Amino acid sequence: MRLQGKGLIDRTKPLAFRFDGTQYTGFAGDTLASALLANGVRLVGRSFKYHRPRGILTAGSEEPNALVEVLEAGGQQTPNTRATVQELYEGLAARSQNRFPSLKRDLLAVNDLMSPFFGAGFYYKTFMWPRAFWETIYEPAIRRAAGLGKLSGKHDEALYEKAFAFCDVLVIGSGPAGLMAALTAARAGAEVILAEEDSRMGGRLLSDAGEIDGQEGLAWASGVLAELRGLPNVRLMTRTTVTGAYDGGTLSALERVSHHLADPAGRPRECFWRIVAGRAVLAAGALERPIAFEDNDRPGIMLASAVRSYVNRWGVAPGRKVTIFANNDTARQTADVLVAAGVQVAAVIDSRADAPTTGDYRLYRGATIVGTQGRHGLEWISVRDANGERRVETDCLAVSGGWNPTVHLTCHMNGRPVWNPEIAAFVPAENAVPGLIPCGAAAGVFSTAGCLADGQRAALAALDALGRKAPTLALPKAEDGTYAIHPLWAVEGARRAWLDFANDVTVKDVKLAAQENFSSVEHMKRYTTQGMAPDQGKNSNVGALAVLADATGRAIPETGTTTFRPPFVPTSIAAMGAGGRAAGFAPQRFTTSHAASVERGAPMIEAGLWYRPSYFPRPGETNWRESCDREVQFVRERVGVCDVSTLGKIDIQGADAGRFLDLVYTNTFSTLKPGRVRYGLMLREDGHVMDDGTTACLGENHYLMTTTTAAAGLVMRHLEFVHQALHPDWDVRFISVTEQWAQFAVAGPRSRDLLNSILDEKLKPEDWPFMACGPVRVGGVAGRLFRISFSGEHAYEVAVPARYGAALFRDLVARAETMGGGAYGMEALNVLRIEKGLITHAEIHGRTTAFDIGAEKMISAKKDCIGKAAAARPGMIGPDRDQLVGLRPLSPGKAIGAGAHLFKQGEAAKRENDQGYVTSVCWSPTLDSHLGLAFLRNGRARHGETIRLVDHMRKTDVLCEVCDPVFLDPTGGRARG
Amino acid sequence: MRIPCPLCGPRDRREFYYYGADDYLRRPEEGAPPEAWDAYLHLRDNPAGVTRDLWHHEMGCSAWLVVTRNTVTHEVISVRLASEKEAAK
Repeated sequence: MRLQGKGLIDRTKPLAFRFDGTQYTGFAGDTLASALLANGVRLVGRSFKYHRPRGILTAGSEEPNALVEVLEAGGQQTPNTRATVQELYEGLAARSQNRFPSLKRDLLAVNDLMSPFFGAGFYYKTFMWPRAFWETIYEPAIRRAAGLGKLSGKHDEALYEKAFAFCDVLVIGSGPAGLMAALTAARAGAEVILAEEDSRMGGRLLSDAGEIDGQEGLAWASGVLAELRGLPNVRLMTRTTVTGAYDGGTLSALERVSHHLADPAGRPRECFWRIVAGRAVLAAGALERPIAFEDNDRPGIMLASAVRSYVNRWGVAPGRKVTIFANNDTARQTADVLVAAGVQVAAVIDSRADAPTTGDYRLYRGATIVGTQGRHGLEWISVRDANGERRVETDCLAVSGGWNPTVHLTCHMNGRPVWNPEIAAFVPAENAVPGLIPCGAAAGVFSTAGCLADGQRAALAALDALGRKAPTLALPKAEDGTYAIHPLWAVEGARRAWLDFANDVTVKDVKLAAQENFSSVEHMKRYTTQGMAPDQGKNSNVGALAVLADATGRAIPETGTTTFRPPFVPTSIAAMGAGGRAAGFAPQRFTTSHAASVERGAPMIEAGLWYRPSYFPRPGETNWRESCDREVQFVRERVGVCDVSTLGKIDIQGADAGRFLDLVYTNTFSTLKPGRVRYGLMLREDGHVMDDGTTACLGENHYLMTTTTAAAGLVMRHLEFVHQALHPDWDVRFISVTEQWAQFAVAGPRSRDLLNSILDEKLKPEDWPFMACGPVRVGGVAGRLFRISFSGEHAYEVAVPARYGAALFRDLVARAETMGGGAYGMEALNVLRIEKGLITHAEIHGRTTAFDIGAEKMISAKKDCIGKAAAARPGMIGPDRDQLVGLRPLSPGKAIGAGAHLFKQGEAAKRENDQGYVTSVCWSPTLDSHLGLAFLRNGRARHGETIRLVDHMRKTDVLCEVCDPVFLDPTGGRARG
Repeated sequence: MRIPCPLCGPRDRREFYYYGADDYLRRPEEGAPPEAWDAYLHLRDNPAGVTRDLWHHEMGCSAWLVVTRNTVTHEVISVRLASEKEAAK
């Protein structure tokens, strides 16, 4: 119920919302959790394993219980949303999770009755046998029961963003320490980012009253924020959780951009930030921890700090008769807040025998809670002290077991926190993450005055490290209260006492783990699943550790901690992968002929990042083979045009360019004359083939290298390496010009006729022998012509600056069509090259050598080259190698498939008898047969042999004749003619 | 992880291609014995501590860099261009 005159909510803006179908009203400034409590809703979910009724435990992002599904337009839903983080908006609809058919009547609540069977290690012990049951019975049943919220099953169409930010000082958290740090750094002129997880800046000042500099803490904070907002070097980011600390001062952060809006109006839902900070100040505060006692998980049992937040920040009384159970001075603080707000304090149970007696409420000293009752919400508790046991009626119990500094980020680079017995908590280790300076409550400083001073100290340390002079500001005066904690982790008892609410792990489970010798903290964690829920055990890790320490007779620091890993809060994959879905997954590269190809109905296929036409269908053609066969035929008989711009083009110049090419190619290029082109083979230093292609000599000391489409980047990187790392003193410079030139193959017996119809000057056959190159003019445009062939036909490649590519392609194709030819695609290109036994990366796949492909003679004996030494190693040459051969099925109509393996006739088709494998196949309309290229053990000596080709996947078993890989025109007369 | 490129300044790790240990800089002479090539191509230390390896600023200036860094702390100790002669020790 609401408290009059309290809270930071806007009572002039009521907001209607629904929870499990029931309509409620809250106010602007509410979270879903505060609005539910204001409406008297205590039961909000069911626990993970035992399906226990659960309420709201906290008021922050560490909430383990109050997870709901937020229902959105279009049937979308966001599961496992923490009600304590979800801000209220008009029309918000949420649904409780992990219950069926309803929250109050949940069938799987039967699990709670069977709890004696469901202790730690239950899965490992129960589902052991019979073995066959695992896949058929156990796993499906467990999968049905597992998990909390459900996804909609639809694509998430919402917008997500990612962004980068850079600053001198990143301040994480905006409580007293964070504000003081940000102010100190900002006044010194540093670029400051202040990131706050909450929707409002202020940290605990939003919830806990207390004066700073003679004014309300919140008023002081408003003053500081107003100043920061006015400074150009400060960026304030609310709803931004810093989720991880990484190398080199890089931190990640999740900004919830529009989760709080009824209508995002085009804004992304979340933004994933990578922030590079000169220094980061961790002022993330501390998290209160509960105490384990019997049945301590009933709705209505909350953390004391959360109770104060609901009263002070949201003007909500979380109960009518509130009790408090604590082991430190926050007991009194919480009681005072409640009394001041006019809420009845039924009793304060302080475990300390020497607890101070102040205030107008019943105080039990040296007392503990030994039981609770209330099926769907707390009704009463049992208190035990020196005088015995008594029952206290209460509908809300505020618990404080002390505070844990938020050390998580300091552990992200393998730092281990250090135990501080004075506050009975772990604090960050010194310099755990380079450049990350913890301060305030995150460093174990728990008073407001201490936090202000520590925030300033941290900022000054950051500024000093960055070499900036900073004025020391006068520290504002503030409360410097006591904490006085006497550790109490778990109250002895026979029934279950919860440590980890999110994963339903109890004191018993941890003790059982220790008893069964899972006594290392890492083993205990995995055996019990403590700390493995989405909340990462924020409320429960230290408690569980203390219970384990006790059970194994060790001290807490000896027992050690588990590792905190990023992200600090659950982070959607959609945010981390923003922009990486569907078409945005990789950049797309389009050739200048793309539009014309698409217009002609060509299916485009990916070639690396490029898109290339598969084939160009014509009316009446019913499948790709008909189109492909036609395209092959017109190239062999007339003329075809194909965009080959995707091949890598590297312009190489300099006095040592020839020498450089001699080193990177197996064969010699320094002897190549201007106006000539040579085919080159490139090895990796380990002796395997890296790439192949042609290099043209355009002029003295000026070459143009072409690479395959797939290896263009790889070759460029390799050339850079050879030059910079091995021969930096050589006079050679190179640059990729792949995108500067559009290049088209014009292939077929009538290719010269076609070119003569568009070139400004006709080609004289004597000037243009096979492998010639030179400048040409096309319609007045300066271009280049290369007489090279990847089809085995008389062919050319014509290149023009890319801006003319689209026009030239359309013109070439239109003219080719009048000559009975046309455009051909990748399918036909592939058939043409297989018929000629020309290799692609299907053959030079990274494990084949020059010897394997029959090109060992291309390794010049007269000079060194990259890979030459390794290519001559034993095992890289000889009859044991799989060598490139051609395959023809004995019955030409029998289809063969790439990936099939080769076996001797009469031998079983199994791995031990493997003789090689097929790399490329096609139907050759020219030779009326299926053809294949394959690597066969000692294959060159086995031409004429009949070999068995088996593909276990496609269920083919075909006898083939082994032959030379060049099926058509072995003397090359067609290309030269 | 960030690498301070001598030409471009500190840049995100994603701009760089990782190659391997800087042994690749010491290519054996032509005619070196197979053992020398084996060592050059395949034998690598795997130190827990300071290591020196080659990175290519592929999404930047395309410089090859020799990066001295610590595999335990991830600290980048120094960076130089591969094309520059190694500083005298």
